[in-house]
Amino acid sequence: MTAATKPHLSRAHLAELLRQMVRIRRFEEKCVELYQSEKIRGFLHVYIGEEAVAVGALQALTPEDAVVATYREHGHALARGLPMTTVMAEMYGKSEGCSRGRGGSMHIFDAATRFYGGNAIVGGGLPLAVGLGLADKMQGRPHVTACFFGEGAVAEGEFHESMNLAALWQLPVLFVCENNLYAMGTALKLSESETDIHLKAQSYRIPSEAVDGMDVVAVEAAARRAVEAIRAGQGPYFLECRTYRFRAHSMFDAELYRDKAEVEEWKKHGPILRFGTWLRETGILHEADVQAIEVEAAAEVDAAVAFAEAGTWEPVEDLTKHVYREAAR
Amino acid sequence: MNDAAAPATIKTTYREAMKAAIRAALRSDPRAFLMGEDVGRYGGCYAVTKGLLAEFGPERIRDTPLSESAFVGAGIGAALGGMRPIVEIMTVNFSLLALDQIVNNAATLLHMSGGQFNVPLVIRMATGAGRQLAAQHSHSLEGWYAHIPGIKVLAPATLEDARGMLATALADPNPVLIFEHVMLYNMEGELAADAGAVDIDKAAIRRPGRDVTLIAYGGTLFKTLAAAEALAKDGIEAEVIDLRSLRPLDSATIVGSVSRTRRAVVVDEGWKTGSLSAEVTAQIMEHAFWSLDAPVARVCSAEVPIPYPRHLEQAALPQPEAIAAAARATLGR
Amino acid sequence: MGEFRMPSLGADMEAGTLIEWLKKPGEAVKRGDIIAVVETQKGAIEIEIFETGVVDRLLVEPGLKVPVGTPLALIRGAGEAPAKAAPPVRPAAVVLPVPAPAPAIKPAIGPIMPPPPAGAARVSPAARKLAAERGVAVAGIKGTGPSGAVISADIERAAGAPAAAPAAPAAAKRTGLDLAEMRRAIAAAMARSKREIPHYYLSHAIDMKATLDWLAATNAERQPPQRLLLAALLLKAVALALEQFPEFNGFYTDGAFRPSEGIHVGTAIAIRGGGLVAPAIRDADEKTLDELMASLRDLVARTRAGRLRSSELFEPTITVSSLGERGVESLYGVIYPPQVAIVGFGTPAPAPRAVDGRVEIRPIMTATLAADHRASDGHRGALFLLEIERVLQQPEAL
Repeated sequence: MTAATKPHLSRAHLAELLRQMVRIRRFEEKCVELYQSEKIRGFLHVYIGEEAVAVGALQALTPEDAVVATYREHGHALARGLPMTTVMAEMYGKSEGCSRGRGGSMHIFDAATRFYGGNAIVGGGLPLAVGLGLADKMQGRPHVTACFFGEGAVAEGEFHESMNLAALWQLPVLFVCENNLYAMGTALKLSESETDIHLKAQSYRIPSEAVDGMDVVAVEAAARRAVEAIRAGQGPYFLECRTYRFRAHSMFDAELYRDKAEVEEWKKHGPILRFGTWLRETGILHEADVQAIEVEAAAEVDAAVAFAEAGTWEPVEDLTKHVYREAAR
Repeated sequence: MNDAAAPATIKTTYREAMKAAIRAALRSDPRAFLMGEDVGRYGGCYAVTKGLLAEFGPERIRDTPLSESAFVGAGIGAALGGMRPIVEIMTVNFSLLALDQIVNNAATLLHMSGGQFNVPLVIRMATGAGRQLAAQHSHSLEGWYAHIPGIKVLAPATLEDARGMLATALADPNPVLIFEHVMLYNMEGELAADAGAVDIDKAAIRRPGRDVTLIAYGGTLFKTLAAAEALAKDGIEAEVIDLRSLRPLDSATIVGSVSRTRRAVVVDEGWKTGSLSAEVTAQIMEHAFWSLDAPVARVCSAEVPIPYPRHLEQAALPQPEAIAAAARATLGR
Repeated sequence: MGEFRMPSLGADMEAGTLIEWLKKPGEAVKRGDIIAVVETQKGAIEIEIFETGVVDRLLVEPGLKVPVGTPLALIRGAGEAPAKAAPPVRPAAVVLPVPAPAPAIKPAIGPIMPPPPAGAARVSPAARKLAAERGVAVAGIKGTGPSGAVISADIERAAGAPAAAPAAPAAAKRTGLDLAEMRRAIAAAMARSKREIPHYYLSHAIDMKATLDWLAATNAERQPPQRLLLAALLLKAVALALEQFPEFNGFYTDGAFRPSEGIHVGTAIAIRGGGLVAPAIRDADEKTLDELMASLRDLVARTRAGRLRSSELFEPTITVSSLGERGVESLYGVIYPPQVAIVGFGTPAPAPRAVDGRVEIRPIMTATLAADHRASDGHRGALFLLEIERVLQQPEAL
């Protein structure tokens, strides 16, 4: 069953879009707090400010489709349907985590929702997405693989190789570039000769659009257009979602590379703020509805933290498991 | 159908045996397909896949652009998506462009996902030196790959193994790398007409002996067997082990042999420093220390990028004379 | 009262320096407010508070570097009383947290190895080398190395030479004798012997007529090179007597006497220039007199040439010291540790002796025994000396 081409702007659907973005926001804020108190370790890259891209784009997919994402993937995982409990447990490194605690923040995986990570090498997931698309095409399955990556990845050779291969073989891949203007500490204009990223796709003859990544409805609409084209056999599609991250690249980042004023300016156009304001102003949602969403999200986050806190550590004796899979007899 | 007049063995080459293996794989499993550079229209850089495009079509014998990282990664993704890809990287020299996909994805996905996503992928590569192709086309990096947990590494050196390892590798739920030494493709011999799948985790004793164990793999196996023949003329009976699987190493066979002969020479076309021969030597030291009558010797490539002129290239590589001399030295002769 | 602590901002952040407080005591804070600025190796980072309340007290002054997790401020919740007054903490030194020790991981079970060839003794290469140098047989030595392997220390022990007290001069190198070194070694051994071994002494005057008559008669029928010396007879007599008295043949080590299966008689040989060694004649009880003579000649020659093997110096299970033909009446020896006895023979000299009720002049030799009272007592010592006497009276049976 394919999803509708246009977003169905019913009250319920719009409330759902807000709910998903708020869930992600509160989850990420809690992760920041937990990281600072050393409950979450290693690297933490939060999605705060970019929620509209994952929420909008994943609306266009069905459960049989596949998702490949990056190390900034918590929002994608939650929007895709992974339980917040197992994602939080994974952040803690507990064995109840979705990757058994083995991966941590950057390696969220879930077979049930065809969520293929969680990849920590910039650009490293694009060839995987190409291969997933190849498998679907060779087996005649009508699925789409959505591949999320930041604008930093377009500098890597793997981006160009993957775009070329997907276009050459007309594979059912939706490339979603989340352009938040900074690859770690390097501004886009300092690293790309052509900063209009969706134009790069055109050089591979892949249809592409630039989308306001702060507008969840615009993202959803673009994603539905793209997925319809892909499912119609028109090959890969490219969306450049223009967005911004309100926090640093990762936790340990003094943000020496950008102005505070710029951050504050973008915050005024943040996805939750804009959407929530619009919903209230148009009377689609009342304050009480928004509060109910917040309360529910807070409770869900607290429950996830409790789940993770109560989780268990994998026994050290099991250290060398999950390196090879036993052959089925 | 049984045909009493059908030959029990056929005369064939290593190349043809590998081709037969690919053909058998694609015929028996619709999920299997092969992709790589010049595997289709060109017929394969080493002519392994010649004729297969006509038989299986361009979807299943799939030419790729020169994008090692993308098509190896696509092989991983296709394996995740339910196919059984055979990715051919033209040579190990070019595999360096795909190291990120092999080491950071193929080897790690099962572990990072907590056991959820295995990668049933086979990657074949040509490897080794001897054709005066100079420094960038002559590497033997099997030892690097054998270092990585999460993948399996094979080195078929005989016709039986060229014919039989691919099927077992495809059936394995883990990523398997198969290294084919360039000097073996033309090797001729007799192969059982019904030759089929072989194991991919055991070493083989190609020549039993009692005085010293010679351990080799891939392209250096036959040089090692030649050295054993020379030693036999001097009354030294060398036992020759073909490793066959480089990861996992069949430590039990290695240690069992050295415990009997008390002496070992490890032959490895990689450079000596930090090579697979160092791993084999360490394992012998760890498990057969009390049986040794001499230090383990190694015969490896000289510490130099492989040179172009024939005499220098041959001087850089392990040769039967050096292998025999090393064996004699362990016996104090 | 809530505590606001120095946050961890990165995987490799261990401590941070507080640069500036952006809130004062008494100010209200809510979740998400920026409360302070911290300097890290990556630059100044604003840190936020996750609690809502009022700043009660600042605990750390700007300018201080504190480890992650250090309480920086107290935050009062609604309705709470202020905390008791106390001066702000000024940590004197940055104490970085000691990382918790990694949990012990049992070594992974590796591939199953074939068992070692049956009957294979595990002997380390170093031990084999040492055994060859010392002339020690490896077979039968108990190993104390991994999995019961014989290691160098086991060879040292079997060679019977504790490092602390060289029982015999180590100077008998192939390259020649170092007399000063030998003197030092003898001094150390003898001092130790007198310090540790409770000696008791017995002496017995032996009528040597039968022995000397037989010796003279035997030698009369032989060419000079084949002639026997009294020394050989004495060694053989002691060796044979030891068969009945094993408590004088062996070593006292680790608080116990360990009898030796073999009888290896050490024979003291004087070296020109003032040295003394007592190398062993192995299995002296099984050798014929001619064989003993050969051994003696060989030992004396090699001793004087400085070509003894160190194993020969460590092997004697008892020592015999004889003054030969130009000495005094009796000789009381000092036991060479870890042996437990030393037999001394004085020079035979004519002396009056009661024989069948009459006084006759007989060649009398005084045999003495110095023995370790921890291993034997005088009663047995006396019987031992008497047995030596008895054996010597039947020289043809030697």
